[in-house]
Amino acid sequence: MTILATPPTAPAETEEPRPARRRSFGYPRRASIWTYAALLAIVAGSVFPLYWSFVVSSQTSEAVAQVPPVLIPGGHLFDNIARVFDSTDFGRALLNSFLVSGSITISVVFFSTLAGFAFAKLRFRGRKVLLVLAIATSMVPQQLGIIPLYLLMAKIGWTDHLAAVIVPGLVTAFGVFFMTQFLGRAVPDELLEAGRIDGCTTFGLYWHVVLPIARPAAAVLALFTFMQAWNDFFWPLVVLQNNATVQVALSSLASGYTTDYTLTLTGTLLSTLPILVIFIVLGRQIVGGIMQGAIKG
Amino acid sequence: MAMPHLSARLDTKGSPYLYVLPFFLLFGAFGLFPLIYTGYVSFNDWNLLDAGEHRWVGLANYSELFHDAYFWNALGNTLSIWVLSTVPQLLAALWIAHLLNHRLRARTGLRMGVLLPNITSIVAVTIVFTQMFGRDFGMVNWLIGLTGIGPIDWQASTWSSHLAISTIVMWRWTGYNALIYLASMQAIPHDLYEAAELDGASSFQQFRRITVPMLRPTIIFTTVISTIGGLQIMAEPLLFAGTSTPTGGSDRQFQTIALFMYEQGFREFRFGYASAIAWTLCLIIAVFAIVNFLLTRRIANDEK
Repeated sequence: MTILATPPTAPAETEEPRPARRRSFGYPRRASIWTYAALLAIVAGSVFPLYWSFVVSSQTSEAVAQVPPVLIPGGHLFDNIARVFDSTDFGRALLNSFLVSGSITISVVFFSTLAGFAFAKLRFRGRKVLLVLAIATSMVPQQLGIIPLYLLMAKIGWTDHLAAVIVPGLVTAFGVFFMTQFLGRAVPDELLEAGRIDGCTTFGLYWHVVLPIARPAAAVLALFTFMQAWNDFFWPLVVLQNNATVQVALSSLASGYTTDYTLTLTGTLLSTLPILVIFIVLGRQIVGGIMQGAIKG
Repeated sequence: MAMPHLSARLDTKGSPYLYVLPFFLLFGAFGLFPLIYTGYVSFNDWNLLDAGEHRWVGLANYSELFHDAYFWNALGNTLSIWVLSTVPQLLAALWIAHLLNHRLRARTGLRMGVLLPNITSIVAVTIVFTQMFGRDFGMVNWLIGLTGIGPIDWQASTWSSHLAISTIVMWRWTGYNALIYLASMQAIPHDLYEAAELDGASSFQQFRRITVPMLRPTIIFTTVISTIGGLQIMAEPLLFAGTSTPTGGSDRQFQTIALFMYEQGFREFRFGYASAIAWTLCLIIAVFAIVNFLLTRRIANDEK
């Protein structure tokens, strides 16, 4: 599913009023103890499955089969990690996922900024129609075109090649929409005119004026794109049978005839770790990106 | 450096097309073209094992589909899982957004906590939940066992598997929708609430009479997006089975349409038939998205 959001406007997160001193019933209201309790319970519910996968991956298989369940991590995490790398080529899968997600991210950011610049700041015939067309494509259930896409990849000999996953991911409608929104607000027309007078070509304007301004939004777009590419499953499952990405490797770990949960949940933990690190470091920007998008809605 | 006149004209008139071209070219080739070509494939008897041979059969795949009990089964399952996951999900998201729309300490931390499920992959989430829904040693059965309800074999029956799969979907998407609602709530002018307060409206009345109507466009948006995504669910029922068989359980009790398409296409290698399923699903999604759009618009209008 696509993540929908629009880029941050210049000062993110300032729309929230500072705690008002003036009246006790100012808005938004001060949270009561019950509000905190409910929110903490919800966050606990959000975190628990991930915590649980950590608990299971640090236990032996025997410990996991206990009732009531053990809720505290044990000391077998590294044994289990070693078992994951023994039982599938998980290192290769991780590398594949980094290559796929990295290439897609760079490409999406570059092409989206380029197209966003044209849509937001250049005048050309058919601009409105093309923009509407580009946005409308984000609603298209692309997943349902998977059979001809597979036939195409088989024909050009790309099955089991990473290119089969990278190339269809090189552009996203969401990226174009996102950058168009941002550049429309963030790039002053005067600056572009000044550049023209100085003899800049259009690409020169893109390179010297637009790209530096686009940096914060490009970073948010890069985060979304990387996470989405990393988590992608259906298409890689079909086309990368013998050259798995992390999600595909994980699914085959979990599809054995006897399921070894310490093994599969360790795999789950390992596959989630890169995304989790990104989220912990840059979560504020990700939350901001999603929320900024909704206000327009 | 001054440019020759002609090339400068070419640059300002022509280059914008060059900049939007990569998007349309790549999207056309790998997004739109396959979807349309699916239509062509669906009118053929097209089997991978015949080394790319295919034969025009007209509407035969579609008429087979409409007489295929597995298809109707998959359609029923898809709709049931979609309703079970979407309706509580959006209601819960509304409530969570309302909770987050207070003056809070650790605001960003709480928002991140709510969003966390959404950044984890479907595969990872489904594996963890499948373990927790395990019959013998699963945490869910242990918990409900404390209240005296016997262990449930979650995969075994239709209702229990649908409930479990919907839980997985809900867990992953509620927080995301809550943040979308929260952003819209923050855009509601405060004086509306202050006026209602002076008129003696209770906080529930304020929520119902002010917050919900003001969120109308956002509610429509999230409903349509959840419809498009929810009807294509495939990875959750595939992995919830715990084996690599894409039948959605021994009696196909939780096989969705997208999973049925995957089974026919990439296990049975009946590309023509699978394409007919894909196009039919596409049509169903379009119809439901439009109906939901009109419906939510009306319901939200009535709230006023």
